[in-house]
Amino acid sequence: MDLDIDTVRTARTRADCTLRPGEVFLGGGTFLYSEPVPAGVTGLVDLTGMGWEPWSVDGSGLRVAGTCTLEELVSGPGVLGADASGPYRALGIVGQCVSALTLSAKVARTATVGGNLALGLPVGSMIGLFAALSARAVIWTPDGGSREVAVSDLVTRAGVVELAPGEVIRETRVTAAVLGQRTAFRRVSLTPTGRTAAMVTGRRRGDGVALVLTASVPAPHVLLVRANDHDGLDRRLRWITGLGDGTWYEDPHGSREWRAAMTRRLAHEALDELGGA
Amino acid sequence: MRIDGTETTAEPRPGQCLRTYLREQGATAVKKGCDAGDCGACTVLLDGAPVPSCLIPAHRVAGAEVVTAAGLARFGPGGDPDAEPGALHPVQRAFVEAAGFQCGFCTAGLVCTVAGTPPPLVDLKGNLCRCTGYRSIRDALAGRVNTEVAEPGQAFGRAVVAPAAARVVSGREAYTLDEPAPPGLLHVAVLGSPHPHARITRIDPAAARAAPGVHLVLTHHDVPDTLYSTARHENRLDDPDDTRILDPVLRFVGQRVAVAVAETPRQARAALALVDVEYETLPAVFDPEAARQPGAPLVHPGRTPDEHRVAEASRNVVAQLHEEYAEPGHDGVAAALAASAATVEGTWTTDRVNHVALETHGARAWLTPGPAAGTGQPVLHVRTSTQVPFLVRDELARLLDLPEERVRVVAGRVGGGFGGKQELLVEDVVALAALRTGRPVQWELSREQQFTLVPCRHPMRIGVRAGADADGHLTALAIDVLADTGAYGNHAPGVLFHGVHESMAVYRAPNKRVDAESVYTNNVPSGAFRGYGLGQVQFAIEGAIDELAARLGIDPVEMRRRNVIRPGDPFVVGRPVDGDLEYGSYGLDQCLDLVEKALARGPSPAETGLSGEWSVGRGVALAMIATIPPRGHFTHARITLGADGDFVVDVGTAEFGNGTTTVHAQIAATELGVPVDRVRVRPSDTATAGYDTGAFGSAGSVVAGLAVGRAASALKTELDSLSAGYLSGRTDTTAQIPSTQLAGVGAEASHDGSPRSVAFNVHGFRVAVHRGTGEVRILRSVHAADAGVVINPEQLRGQIDGGVAQALGSAMTERMVVRDGVVVTRTLRHYRVPQLSDVPVTEVLFADTVDRLGPRGAKSMSEAPYNPVAPALANAIADATGVRPRDLPIQRDRLWELLAAASGR
Repeated sequence: MDLDIDTVRTARTRADCTLRPGEVFLGGGTFLYSEPVPAGVTGLVDLTGMGWEPWSVDGSGLRVAGTCTLEELVSGPGVLGADASGPYRALGIVGQCVSALTLSAKVARTATVGGNLALGLPVGSMIGLFAALSARAVIWTPDGGSREVAVSDLVTRAGVVELAPGEVIRETRVTAAVLGQRTAFRRVSLTPTGRTAAMVTGRRRGDGVALVLTASVPAPHVLLVRANDHDGLDRRLRWITGLGDGTWYEDPHGSREWRAAMTRRLAHEALDELGGA
Repeated sequence: MRIDGTETTAEPRPGQCLRTYLREQGATAVKKGCDAGDCGACTVLLDGAPVPSCLIPAHRVAGAEVVTAAGLARFGPGGDPDAEPGALHPVQRAFVEAAGFQCGFCTAGLVCTVAGTPPPLVDLKGNLCRCTGYRSIRDALAGRVNTEVAEPGQAFGRAVVAPAAARVVSGREAYTLDEPAPPGLLHVAVLGSPHPHARITRIDPAAARAAPGVHLVLTHHDVPDTLYSTARHENRLDDPDDTRILDPVLRFVGQRVAVAVAETPRQARAALALVDVEYETLPAVFDPEAARQPGAPLVHPGRTPDEHRVAEASRNVVAQLHEEYAEPGHDGVAAALAASAATVEGTWTTDRVNHVALETHGARAWLTPGPAAGTGQPVLHVRTSTQVPFLVRDELARLLDLPEERVRVVAGRVGGGFGGKQELLVEDVVALAALRTGRPVQWELSREQQFTLVPCRHPMRIGVRAGADADGHLTALAIDVLADTGAYGNHAPGVLFHGVHESMAVYRAPNKRVDAESVYTNNVPSGAFRGYGLGQVQFAIEGAIDELAARLGIDPVEMRRRNVIRPGDPFVVGRPVDGDLEYGSYGLDQCLDLVEKALARGPSPAETGLSGEWSVGRGVALAMIATIPPRGHFTHARITLGADGDFVVDVGTAEFGNGTTTVHAQIAATELGVPVDRVRVRPSDTATAGYDTGAFGSAGSVVAGLAVGRAASALKTELDSLSAGYLSGRTDTTAQIPSTQLAGVGAEASHDGSPRSVAFNVHGFRVAVHRGTGEVRILRSVHAADAGVVINPEQLRGQIDGGVAQALGSAMTERMVVRDGVVVTRTLRHYRVPQLSDVPVTEVLFADTVDRLGPRGAKSMSEAPYNPVAPALANAIADATGVRPRDLPIQRDRLWELLAAASGR
């Protein structure tokens, strides 16, 4: 929709990424242009003009730019991961994580990885994807420097991310070692293509399994359990439930109780899949 | 940027999206469905790839190549740049031949999506269609041809193509706001109430009036104080007068507080922030049961039955019905239930449902210099998205104190209605603003306003008590209905009385009782919705009948056979109905047989390999509907022979995807004995057509259709008498007949909508239910309809497919979440309308009946297929699991909870 703003700047250099009063960053724009802008926002700085390479992979691992579109993620890293025994098999869940979003392929053409992360929504499946890959986000700070944060720590509560005003998600990094590990994906929603109500992503690492819960919780939970230790998983889930009323997320896309039960179901399925050698 | 091959250099505004940019350049094939990337109606090809143009920042695509539906044939994939401007792309031809649209508002975006997506196209996630139920769209994708060309005079009963098809699929058909913007067009923005119940104690628009670009700001001090209802009926006294254009008392969150009219939509929105308002908040009530208890806040205190047609304002009750009837020799419901072999008592609920017509409400008004007939005054034109142009005209004239001849209301092709456009919601504002400013004025609602301002389906709570003897014959049937009409009573009486009417009358029981009340609350208003109350009440009654059959060990179809009315039986609701309802035909027995037989065919392939956590069951439900709304539905048709030898039909009813334009052309062509393409239908213009009550209550085919048929028949006789054998004597009528002598000869006919017949629908499901997750899979879906003689089998099938899909949404996924009067689900990503992948294919079967009242034996059939679907689904789930869902929608989480509770987990 049309946004009631006064200025748009296309960023070409790092210096352009310094926000002026009233400005916010524009990634793909598929969320920003889907709702009226919040009061006080008067200008946009379009990051797609930075010309960042969408993604790259080398001996140190995978880098995905904040402006990498979801379509580019699927057709690049997602395709690399298609070989279930190959060196990038961890990326085998990329396509499923993108499909988990309600957006269509048409929107995936424009929506970006960085935008999905920065929104910090419980259903933001890029959070579950990159958290399962133990990815770290590189964040440009307004003073011209940068800092790193684990993607699993990026979201602090529903829709709130640990980003200061003027900070930009430059890229996310996955180490080479992780790319060769096995991963699993499960999700459920009220309708087959509906908004995700519970999502579990997971990765086998040595004797253990890391499971990431998103969508059914306000902010991601990472559960580290031993392979095939279903009792251990249940203990962890009971502990999470014991954290209090706000543990399980509720919105029009599923009740708290159902989400908790479905999360447990999916987590055990993922643990099963990641069991064995 | 190049748009459909034409270079454009206009600079986009900061923050402008591609959708509005394209439309401002005249590319009105690009529609607005949601403006948020959820529905796909605005899809265009951007450098060859389909994108929702509403999400694309316009500044980013200055050098791009854009192709819309209008340019697809020439500039789309595989297009031919040398083709004629009117040529169709192969995908567009497929949509025409499959009849892959109804209102067609989603179609321009759909064809761009399909044409721009390399096969295989696995689903259409990102394109919503509200009319078709997607079956005909699947057919278009598969290249199936569902339409045919009829021989001259043989169009009735054939699957002829909708006359507007080529224009619809290429985005050239002008919907409400698709005509070129008149010079000087102003835009409306409306300030909504932040409170569910409040009184404006002070309102100062001075700063807003001084804001840049602002031409007019209206508050309640500036508008007529006339009371009216947004609901529109043949008799305006059907609805309570409880609404003002702008009211100092606000009764729901979002209600109009002030109106700003400015050069641009943004300037109008900005002006609203400058309106200085002080509110005194009042106690609010959101629960309809609480609303009718003593001491509840009163929403419309002081309104009376005589003056305002509000039944009991002191209890917030707008409309009520309390009746009991015992046949001679019977002692009433209580006694009968006490003596019954089996009884059932339970409560069922339905939630708020939104119409989600893909075209939002919108209207334009402007003045043309007089002299209007006899007055010498300018004429107020209103072009609006309405099902009822004449009723809008009449009420606008009343509200604005203008003679009817000074108001002209026109509906172009309407982008879906489902009852939601049987209201006056935007027309009063643009009309008043045009009169005050002298400029053309437009108001286009946003998708969010469709959820927060526009009436939704009445949520209802229905208690049912039913009893039967050991043979399964009903002994008593009693219902207790509570409807939440929200802040205003538009359609409250009509929906309540209709809701309990055919639903009760379809069953024979010697003792019946109806208690029904529709109650004001401080929620968003409820209004007319497909089925008009029947779907809600039928859901409860069909659940109770099913449960009764289960208790008695009687097959559910057999149970219904033993208890449904048969020709000759009186129609009894809370008492015998005297009036003009007749058995013009009767096909309920056939419908039950057809569905039973289809469900009895062995397991569907989809259920092989289901794990042990799945349970399989089947369910049926039925519904009856009167073919015409009660108490008069008037129409007038005129057919004129044009100088080119074609026939022009002027009829006042509106085309909003219901297919009446096709039907009227078929009826006229058949009577005249000419090819259907020699008939042009001009609908829904109060200046060119005679009076018509409007397109609701499924009246378009059987009321207006009957008048069209009579006019055509009279015209044929007239032409033959003026020029012997002009029509009758010709063997070849395909060629245009020179008619210089006869041009202008015409004939007229009218119909008053009485007497009325009854039509029937039966739906059956076979489902699998996953007990661990609450997932429901539909294994088989079958629908039998008693529509009399079928006028256009493909269109009728499309109406049924669409009704079933809309009902599946209400039954399984759709729910407006409202908290303390605030609508939470205000975008399509949070309100789950069925997508293609959500809707199973339904086997559609027709009863073989001939109605003696309808045109050539036909009956109406557009809202009715909706009604039996939800109860059939609930009954199938109950059969599968032993747990009966009584609350709609049956979402996975709710069903899981029911199943978990029943299994003691």
